[in-house]
Amino acid sequence: MLEVGLSHYLSVAAILFTLGIFGIFLNRKNVIVILMSVELMLLAVNINLIAFSAHLNDLTGQVFALFVLTVAAAEAAIGLAIIVTYFRNKGSISVDDIHAMKG
Amino acid sequence: MGIADLFFYLFSALTTGSAVMVISARNPVHAVMFLILAFINAAGLFLLLGAEFLAMLLIIVYVGAVAVLFLFVVMMLDVDFAELRAGYMKYFPLGATIGFILLAELVVLFGAWKSDGGISVTPKVPIPDTAAITNTEAIGHVLYTDYIFYFEAVGIILLTAMVGAIVLTFRQNENAKRQNIGDQIARTPETSIEIKKVETGKGI
Repeated sequence: MLEVGLSHYLSVAAILFTLGIFGIFLNRKNVIVILMSVELMLLAVNINLIAFSAHLNDLTGQVFALFVLTVAAAEAAIGLAIIVTYFRNKGSISVDDIHAMKG
Repeated sequence: MGIADLFFYLFSALTTGSAVMVISARNPVHAVMFLILAFINAAGLFLLLGAEFLAMLLIIVYVGAVAVLFLFVVMMLDVDFAELRAGYMKYFPLGATIGFILLAELVVLFGAWKSDGGISVTPKVPIPDTAAITNTEAIGHVLYTDYIFYFEAVGIILLTAMVGAIVLTFRQNENAKRQNIGDQIARTPETSIEIKKVETGKGI
């Protein structure tokens, strides 16, 4: 096997990102799993940022990975709060039932 | 192949494997557990890349907070998850096609970037020698100087998220007894004291 380098990490991140997209399509009705898939995609982005940070010997990538981590945590908190509120009002979290705004 | 390479293959295989389980697990509690496994292994990858602070942060923030939040919500909501899985395979071909196209695009993009000779930029903030200064300290030096405004903006985002989550899920309890200071101050002896003339030898 080859020496592990930047391309290996980018491949892992690409696979992880694709799995996140795939998960959104696969679990189209379950909002919780969709949120988890989004977390996987953000993790893939973080792996990319840190891999490039190590490859280019630049600390900026790690700083931005930190910011992505923070925003991902905020997004999860708000998303789950919305799910809890929605379930309390409608008794369901199926994406098919979320059409009150007729978007 | 060194020991670090072996660990790379171990961590990346476990990360992708548990990511597959996250999106395909029948029970959402299992999905959350596999999400935790994926995050822990990604933290291992971060360690291999020399980002020790972010690896520990990933474990604290994701495994300690976000995943537990997911677990709470999954267990708290009384949802029929079997019903949500209906039509699961219906979207498989579409999802697989789009996922495959995306993966192919990413691979082609990286190939083009690689054949282009990559990017040769001088690092804006070079990573200092890890023997002289730890990763955490190095990030701190950059974060609190060059990126202080980003740092503060992120703090505001977190505050907004916290306030938003509380406002969204807060429920006023009808039976809760609360102090009404205005009412208390407005009380006068006339409204609060009643003088009764008690006849001798009788009760009230």
